[in-house]
Amino acid sequence: MSTSGFVQEKDKREGWNRPPLIEPDGEGELLEVAMGPHHPSTHGVFRMDVALDGERVIRLKPVFGYLHRNHEKLAEGMTYLGSMPFTDRLDYMCPLTNNWAYALAVEKLTGQAVPERAEYLRVILGELTRVVNHASAIGFLIQEMGASGTPLMYAFKEREKILDLFEALTGARMMVNYLRFGGCRVDATPAWLDAVRKVVTGLPQFADEFERLLRGNEILMARTQGVGILRPELAVNAGVTGPMLRASGINYDIRKVDGYGIYNRFNFRVPLGDHWDVYDRFLIRLLEMRESFGILGQALKDIPGGPVIDPKAKLRGFRPKPGEAYGRIEAPKGELGFYLISDGGPNPYRYRIRPPSLINLTVLEDMCLGMNVADVVLIFGSVDIVLGEVDR
Amino acid sequence: MKTVEEIEAAIEAAVPGAGVEIVSNPSVSLQHSLRLAPSHAFAVATFLRDDAELSLDFLSNATGVDWPEKEIAEKVKVTRTVTKTVEGVEQQVEETVEETKKRVVPGCLEAVYHLFSVAKGHGPVVIRMKTANRTDQVNLPSLTPVWRSAEFQEREIFDLFGIVFTGHPDLRRLLMWDEFKDHPMRRDYVEPDDFEYEPTAHDEVLKRAEAHRARLAAATPVQEGAGA
Repeated sequence: MSTSGFVQEKDKREGWNRPPLIEPDGEGELLEVAMGPHHPSTHGVFRMDVALDGERVIRLKPVFGYLHRNHEKLAEGMTYLGSMPFTDRLDYMCPLTNNWAYALAVEKLTGQAVPERAEYLRVILGELTRVVNHASAIGFLIQEMGASGTPLMYAFKEREKILDLFEALTGARMMVNYLRFGGCRVDATPAWLDAVRKVVTGLPQFADEFERLLRGNEILMARTQGVGILRPELAVNAGVTGPMLRASGINYDIRKVDGYGIYNRFNFRVPLGDHWDVYDRFLIRLLEMRESFGILGQALKDIPGGPVIDPKAKLRGFRPKPGEAYGRIEAPKGELGFYLISDGGPNPYRYRIRPPSLINLTVLEDMCLGMNVADVVLIFGSVDIVLGEVDR
Repeated sequence: MKTVEEIEAAIEAAVPGAGVEIVSNPSVSLQHSLRLAPSHAFAVATFLRDDAELSLDFLSNATGVDWPEKEIAEKVKVTRTVTKTVEGVEQQVEETVEETKKRVVPGCLEAVYHLFSVAKGHGPVVIRMKTANRTDQVNLPSLTPVWRSAEFQEREIFDLFGIVFTGHPDLRRLLMWDEFKDHPMRRDYVEPDDFEYEPTAHDEVLKRAEAHRARLAAATPVQEGAGA
């Protein structure tokens, strides 16, 4: 991980899809700064080695691995269901979508059907997770701008209400371990659904307030507009997904494209960015939250009765037939995929997670070159990563 | 979207002698894949990305798979001529017997890529490449110049599996530290015994450390960056 002296290294990456590097102007000395691994803006243990010419960033290298625990190797040594609790710990802000992606991949591998009620519960929980994630992501972004605490607490106030719902249903605020192959672990009571309706009714008001406080804020606009521009063709080529990609103006939402689960029954729009900058990424998250309220309303209205897990689903002695499958969902941070290879045994032969957080960071240097070092913090914040998923 | 057979035909038409092979997937997911010959993989990948009908502009997932050497015991029917005494006369008789034969499947490392199309909204198309073996011929062409999203993912495969991607602009370890030897995602990986580093190592700990050293010595040494 040592990268000292990397400014002097001849850059071997010229000639392929990336913007030209910025050469120092030759006046004064260059400065190398290690931002992290214990930097408050890095959301955990992550390091950016930045080379500065004055205030300007001329090189940036992300350094990973501080939270690496080889989750994939662990999963190869245990049963399919045994990995389900560990998926909670990937992106610990949105455990339910992690569960969903994994369950979806296994269901693809085995052809397992999912009952209606479970599909609705998955959508409700998935969209609540998206609200939690987007609200917190915005809160953290504003926090990094220097508005210490207050905006984040507005987001966390709402997050607490939703985490209380998760706790009531699954028994845990964050480490939920709720989905099963072919359904969900326990059924939701009518009282719980009423509690969700009550919280969801209050959400638009929260979004209004949040938006009113932030959207027109002069400091926010000055700091974020025109900062960290990500061109759409680069975004697609670099595999950027989620709100990041849509803020670059590309209409690609896996809920629409794949229509996994029952998403093609819902009526929602996909907000797209126009200026491809940090402000757009902030705004897209705000708008996506509002679309999620709509989906939640529809799902809570239509949710049918019935079992929450397919009676034929096999939990003990689960051995999928040999083969492989790649399943993916639109997680709040981007495309979360699981790639599984089965050799017919009780453990997966290969278990791979496609982490949106890691792959969205591919373009971090491209967005930061030529910007001021203070902007790096904001650009990084606008990517919205969780290190549990980056390093796995 | 085109089926794998149609894609294979299109590739063969565009890149003559590409040597694409269809790997069928027996599971219900029906995600069959195309195995590319490493010599033509770069040209094929460029074709897949740029072809107007396929336009697989989005490389979603790139990963490695380790296939160690495997011994398969198979029952084979063998016909042979035996000399037998039938009714007092020696005769040459043909006889069919079942024999268990052991066949060794050579090991390899595999890189798997999942492609989608953002422009057309279809996918996945799965392509894969195989190395010649697991020890010294572990080179594959890098697809990072075609799809930038492979940049970190190929680094991760290099780190955890030990596939060396030629043409990758910045091939370093991603998750493990630079000084680390060996590749943790390989199936024969021997994990280090941390007890060895206990400050006051004593009886049992010393025994474990010794056993660990013996295990390491027995395992095949992995060449760091072999063939690069």
